[in-house]
Amino acid sequence: MTEPKDFTAGVGSDIKKSQKRVLFVTRRTSAQVRVFDEERVQTYPEALFRAALAIELLTIALVLISLFFNAPLEGLADPTNTPNPAKAPWYFLGLQEMLHYFPPVVAGVLIPMVLVIALVVIPYFNVNIEADGLFLKNRGRRLNIFYAGAIGLSLFLWFFHVYVALIPTLLIVAIMLVAAFSSPASPQPLRRYLASKPVSWWVMTWFLLELIVLTVVGTFFRGPGWSWVLPWRS
Amino acid sequence: MAGKIDDYLAKLERTRVWRSVFRGGTGSSTLRRALAIQQNVFLHLFSTKVRRRMLRFNATWYLGTLTLGTFLILVTTGILLMLYYRPAVPQAYADVKDLQFVVSSGLFLRNLHRWAAHTMVLLAFAHLFRVFYRGAYRPPREFNWVIGIVLLMITLLLSYTGYLLPWDQLAYWAITVGSNISATVPVIGEKVRFLMLGGHQVNANALLRFYVLHCVILPLAAVLFIAVHFWHIRKDGGLYVRQSEPVREPAKEDESVELEKV
Ligand code: HEM
Repeated sequence: MTEPKDFTAGVGSDIKKSQKRVLFVTRRTSAQVRVFDEERVQTYPEALFRAALAIELLTIALVLISLFFNAPLEGLADPTNTPNPAKAPWYFLGLQEMLHYFPPVVAGVLIPMVLVIALVVIPYFNVNIEADGLFLKNRGRRLNIFYAGAIGLSLFLWFFHVYVALIPTLLIVAIMLVAAFSSPASPQPLRRYLASKPVSWWVMTWFLLELIVLTVVGTFFRGPGWSWVLPWRS
Repeated sequence: MAGKIDDYLAKLERTRVWRSVFRGGTGSSTLRRALAIQQNVFLHLFSTKVRRRMLRFNATWYLGTLTLGTFLILVTTGILLMLYYRPAVPQAYADVKDLQFVVSSGLFLRNLHRWAAHTMVLLAFAHLFRVFYRGAYRPPREFNWVIGIVLLMITLLLSYTGYLLPWDQLAYWAITVGSNISATVPVIGEKVRFLMLGGHQVNANALLRFYVLHCVILPLAAVLFIAVHFWHIRKDGGLYVRQSEPVREPAKEDESVELEKV
């Protein structure tokens, strides 16, 4: 069995081409070739150098910021002297804003838990994988669900006086109405764009808008006793 | 002069010791470049080749890469800060004051750590939304999305535990607000807060616990999950590309074949 081979196998050291792949189709289907010759580049140096460059630019920006702006440092911690307002770090101020309207279990525990679970399960539900415009299929049924959901959510926020969250909600609802009555073949690019957006896109955009509005309000527009203040008039 | 240095480096790279450390070496051939990735335990998380479409700015806005960048800055500045900081009451506050006014470049070090930390939280969120709007969370990348959420949680916890360490009014009351919220969880809330703080309110025990979490446990968890995150990109077939995106760049000059010096 150990006869000397009369050939050597090897790989040239400078092969520029990608390897070829052989595919066996076992079921009775025809293989559809979408991309047959994709241009590929070496991770080193092409990808790594770009990443390094991006990180270097970021570092330069942060170094400059750090040279000109100082991190805050207040007086020694004093358990007997509660500042008013006592604010959480900025990324939790959206939740702290909710704390103003709902009991702590709801605002501080239930809402964040629901958010995390909702984010985790996004890729596991087919509605979120679907890429077709929300109102293009089953139009009648989907419109009804949309009306019910929009009115229900708005009334809920209205009932608890959460106007900060109600306004962005109404804004998104208004844009969705435009989408609902736009055709993907509309001559206006914006209406075409809106008409093509799937349901997951709308929910996520609503969430993003609420996140930004609530965080900005909590950071800049809330003062003593969580009352409204204007940041430029302190 | 420069030529001499180049010669010297080239010689160094051919020594036995160097080659035992960097087996593949760098060098100019495709094989050498592939080995540079494949023979390195860290870079081995990536594939040796990527589709050019994946590197387009529009695919990712480089937001994940930049998040990694802030993390690297934070590890570096964080280790230096640890040299001057004692997690005890009232030393912690005095040490931070010293960093501001006594330690040379201490102010800069603290600034960089703080601003990089805020930036990391911001970038992790931005990365999440970019991945979402790109549609890159869809199968087969769904589990990497979940790992991403875990990374977001770790990022938030890192920032939150670090927030207490200066032991100033800002730190103390921000953490008090947070820990009071966790105490409202039905049944286990009080227990959770006790475990988190090592007491019923924010005190020296809490500072020590947050310090250990911030400087040891959470960074290790972050490194671990970042490694899994990167490895998953490779196993999921690289970054997401759309069929509609052009497969190759507009035609350019034929690349001349580089010959490897032996
Ligand atoms: C510490 C935090 C994180 C780090 C350091 C990180 C790092 C990275 C890097 C470097 C990439 C390659 C593409 C790019 O540069 O953008 C990437 C891709 C990806 N990340 Fe993250 N990431 C983090 C958090 C997240 C979060 C919060 C999510 C979402 C929940 C996420 C989900 C993904 C997915 C699905 C991909 C693949 C994207 C594609 O195929 O286009 N990651 N991540």
